[in-house]
Amino acid sequence: MSGFSFTIDGVEITGAEGQTIMEAADAAGIYIPRLCDHEGLRHQGGCRVCTVKVGGRSVAACTQPAEPGLNVENETPHITKLRRDLVEMLFHEGNHLCPICEASGNCELQAMAYRLDMTDPTRFPYLEPSRAVDASHPDIALDTNRCISCGRCIRASQDVDGKGIFGYVGRGIHRQVAVNGENMAATDAEVTDFAMSAEVCPVGCIIRKREGFATPIGERDFDKGLIGHEIEGKKADD
Amino acid sequence: MAEPRLIEISPVTRVEGHGKVTIHLDRDGAVDEARLHIVEFRGFERFIQGRLLWEVPVIVQRLCGICPVSHHLAAAKAMDVIVGVDELPPTAEKMRRLMHYGQVMQSHVLHFFHLAAPDLLFGFGAPAEQRNIFEVIRENPELGRRAILMRKFGQDIIEATAGKKIHGTGAIPGGINRNLSVETRDAFLAQIADMEAWAGEALALARSYTLENAEMVRGFAAFPSNYLSIVREGDGALDLYHGQLRALDAELNPIFDGLDYARYHEMLTEDVRSWSYMKFPYINTLGPETGWYRVGPLARMNTASFIDTPLANAARDDLMATNDGLPRHAVLANHWARMIEVLHCVEKIKELLHDPDLQGTDLVAKGDRRPEGIGVIEAPRGNLIHHYEVDENDQVTYCNLIVSTTHNNEGMNRAVRDVAVKHISGQPEITEGMLNHVEVAIRAYDPCLSCATHALGQMPLQVEILDAEGAVLDSRERAA
Repeated sequence: MSGFSFTIDGVEITGAEGQTIMEAADAAGIYIPRLCDHEGLRHQGGCRVCTVKVGGRSVAACTQPAEPGLNVENETPHITKLRRDLVEMLFHEGNHLCPICEASGNCELQAMAYRLDMTDPTRFPYLEPSRAVDASHPDIALDTNRCISCGRCIRASQDVDGKGIFGYVGRGIHRQVAVNGENMAATDAEVTDFAMSAEVCPVGCIIRKREGFATPIGERDFDKGLIGHEIEGKKADD
Repeated sequence: MAEPRLIEISPVTRVEGHGKVTIHLDRDGAVDEARLHIVEFRGFERFIQGRLLWEVPVIVQRLCGICPVSHHLAAAKAMDVIVGVDELPPTAEKMRRLMHYGQVMQSHVLHFFHLAAPDLLFGFGAPAEQRNIFEVIRENPELGRRAILMRKFGQDIIEATAGKKIHGTGAIPGGINRNLSVETRDAFLAQIADMEAWAGEALALARSYTLENAEMVRGFAAFPSNYLSIVREGDGALDLYHGQLRALDAELNPIFDGLDYARYHEMLTEDVRSWSYMKFPYINTLGPETGWYRVGPLARMNTASFIDTPLANAARDDLMATNDGLPRHAVLANHWARMIEVLHCVEKIKELLHDPDLQGTDLVAKGDRRPEGIGVIEAPRGNLIHHYEVDENDQVTYCNLIVSTTHNNEGMNRAVRDVAVKHISGQPEITEGMLNHVEVAIRAYDPCLSCATHALGQMPLQVEILDAEGAVLDSRERAA
């Protein structure tokens, strides 16, 4: 398969047929922020945090195919503001109490807020959902007050685990992730499922019991650098 | 004849949390009633319900920003019981102890130098603009520098053991999540000689203040009471991290001793009064009238049989023998006792830093789940009790917290009344300096009103004098 050139923020990179803009950017060591996209899962284009501009149009970099000659805008002040607004709205929709959350330091939402310089409280009124924690399963708990509806667990369970533990219910602002049963204990979820692994849920919604706070501060994922630093590190290594 | 008046000191300053004092004057201007009210409410005991057990030590420490480590460790000790661990790996227990000694040190230093020193150095009735830490530093720059560096040392210890200076995550059910690197240990050891010397000098300052003002100290909100703390099992030594409950009467005779703290509720009851969010605990066998007791540094000097570090033990012997038992009940001697504990903490930190167990890698023990756990610790301000029940899904179903300031509630109220009677009764005009005397008495307990009611805030001072119908006769305000 022959490669082709296109630019991201004026930097020329090489893409390959069949790649999305995000895949080509990752390979070139350029980080495009994302929350609903995850390696090993099919692309969804739902969270829109990976929004880039191509020819003046806003597109999701995780689903938009890379093409020869594209001039992609990624980290411009305008796009960064759009992304920050999206992330702010996620904070306003849920109960993201970072100081007491066991995902703090490993949380992609928190890390994205830092990367996008969301240093002030959200301007939007908090919706403050009050959903009971589902701790019925012996090894897994769900705190859906922290869910950002990214759907990664849904795709992981359906496509990788072949189980369909999770799915969306409701519409519009009321849409949320639910389990396929009365509660987690009523499903065939296992803590070894890919959907339950630490890498799939980007926030602290899916909790593996008895692991919380075992990693000391300083050794958590994002204590080591901003979200995306590993992808950007590829460029530095070249 | 004047009308009856109500004086309100609201909020009380240079303490942690929101509180107010009301002083009721009768028609002759004599103090009829004086009370310390705690006016904030947060409800931690309720909203922790439903949370997962391993979250608890991290959540409840948010009760306080001054000594969150106390809540972190008391909750972790309770959760140790719930996860079936009766004995931690040595590295875990010693890292927790190191964290605790670091925090008691920094908290005591904060109180003595930043909150109390302005009163002690400049006088209770000194101009308000002089009574702050900046004036202390201006008057004595070297003392101020040492105060800041001692506090920093304690906070650095907390950071090394909990990951952050405030609200870290070190203790987890059954153990700890980190050990201490050799490099970090050596950095602390390089400072320990200075810390020991400075702690000794701070102790000398507190001691000389008490003795030079012996007559005033003896008469300032000084009254006998019962005392309560945990002490080390077996020999009754001062132990800030773990032990058994001991309660002594005013003559230091045992009311109960060697009590497993998991049985605290058999001996202690919390009374509720309509005018305060803070409860009034008392010893069951004595009842609420005579069963109230005090906790904290001076209480611990009274309850402990001895201190297991040589410098602090000699200092305690000195305190207990001085001036015909003067300090035993004198609230202002708390400052002296507090500085003895700072020295004790420095000695303990030094001892621990030389212990290779801190570099161990066995950090967490496991056991069989239990439904209930109680953790007790001696926080800087005194005894702290955390009690939880957890269901089979790992969710908290019950929480009861009795914090140091709550234990001291009756004592503080009596101190307020004592000082109000002596300094305000019969005065034609109530000055700011007179009201500060009331606050000095409260401050000596180093109360954390935030912890006591699980409330938080800062404290500008507003004083209003009202007539019997509630009309404002006079008011004074000052900024926080």
